[in-house]
Amino acid sequence: MKKVFLSLTLFFSFAAYVLYVRILGASAPVVLTPEPNKTKTALSLPKYNTSTSSSKTKSTTSTPPVSTPPPPVVNTGKYKNGSYTGTVVDAYYGNVQVMTIISGGKVTDVQFLDYPQSRQTSIRINSRAMPYLTSEAIALQDSNVDTVSGASFTSAAFRESLSSALAQARI
Amino acid sequence: MKQVQIIMGTPVIIEINDQEAREELFKEVFDYFKYVDQKFSTYKKDSEITAINDKKITKEEMSADMKLVFELSEETKKLTNGYFDIVTPNGSYDTSGLVKGWSIFNASKILKNRGVKNFSVEAGGDIQISGKNNKNEQWCVGIQNPFNKKREVVKKVYLDDNGIATSGNYVRGRHIYNPKDKNDYLEEIASLTVIGPNIFEADRFATAAFAMGKNGIYFIENLLGFEGYSIDKNGIATMTKGFDKYTKKHA
Repeated sequence: MKKVFLSLTLFFSFAAYVLYVRILGASAPVVLTPEPNKTKTALSLPKYNTSTSSSKTKSTTSTPPVSTPPPPVVNTGKYKNGSYTGTVVDAYYGNVQVMTIISGGKVTDVQFLDYPQSRQTSIRINSRAMPYLTSEAIALQDSNVDTVSGASFTSAAFRESLSSALAQARI
Repeated sequence: MKQVQIIMGTPVIIEINDQEAREELFKEVFDYFKYVDQKFSTYKKDSEITAINDKKITKEEMSADMKLVFELSEETKKLTNGYFDIVTPNGSYDTSGLVKGWSIFNASKILKNRGVKNFSVEAGGDIQISGKNNKNEQWCVGIQNPFNKKREVVKKVYLDDNGIATSGNYVRGRHIYNPKDKNDYLEEIASLTVIGPNIFEADRFATAAFAMGKNGIYFIENLLGFEGYSIDKNGIATMTKGFDKYTKKHA
């Protein structure tokens, strides 16, 4: 009876782990895991390098929320082959770090280098307690609103940081 | 009826949609913001906060409002594990992270005490909503595109009696710091919007959560009664689980 219980526990732990990895695989903020075929959604991003011409950005209507992380802003769908390690993200119950493999210019694999596993129960706790939040690429909406909430200006430092991030991803 | 004045270095917008939008109501609220600005502006040489920073006034000599703001700041610091702090990196006090939301909240209380039901009070992108808009419908508030100076909307939310605040760092220079790491330039997140029961609560937690960088949205997720929408430097937004309910208009 004990054995059955033990193996059941093991089985469910593994199932929970698989689920956890899948969910994380879809939500972990991996900097270098663009999916080239999805570049289109991200192109509705406003252009902020020029302040005047940006109004001509195609302002699509609302994009439905997507659960997979849309790609960073890049104009090319191709990336350098190799493996890239993402930043360590503090997920409250431990660190999460992933490595992505790119071959043929596409993301072919994402591996976990670190995930909360210090205690046996932590995986199950995490799959429940670690907030799994939905992400979407922002897209311009019509401005038919009563008022607008915002920190109105982008910073020079931010622009600099973004272009350096884009430089990394490009071939 | 809507009126705008530049106070606290930012546009203060008051909209009253009740039948009786009397002129003196607007004046009373604008005067309140001027009073707050005169007391809490670190840019004014003759403000009380400047006198405190110049060590001309001791903590015991502070006015009742100043004492209250310091107490609320201390409370907020505790609630946010130290991520909210009115002590700046150079050691002086800057209460602006709390005072904007606090003063909007107080301004909306002035209107409520005068029997006004349908209004919005806004200062620099932080808004308290009450009742209905000028079409007698739910208020619709846009979340600003953090990548453009222009008024572009990337998300719409529908609010009844809520506060909505957005934190980010401005072109005029950083104004939010990570109190735990002075070398953290908080560049991962472009803006973080928080919807809460009122603007005081929404604003203070938006400021603190923004200082947490990528973890900020998880902090909001764990706060009961608050929802958040965080936009990272690549234009990817992450929202709390209950945020979606605000994206739909109800009857």
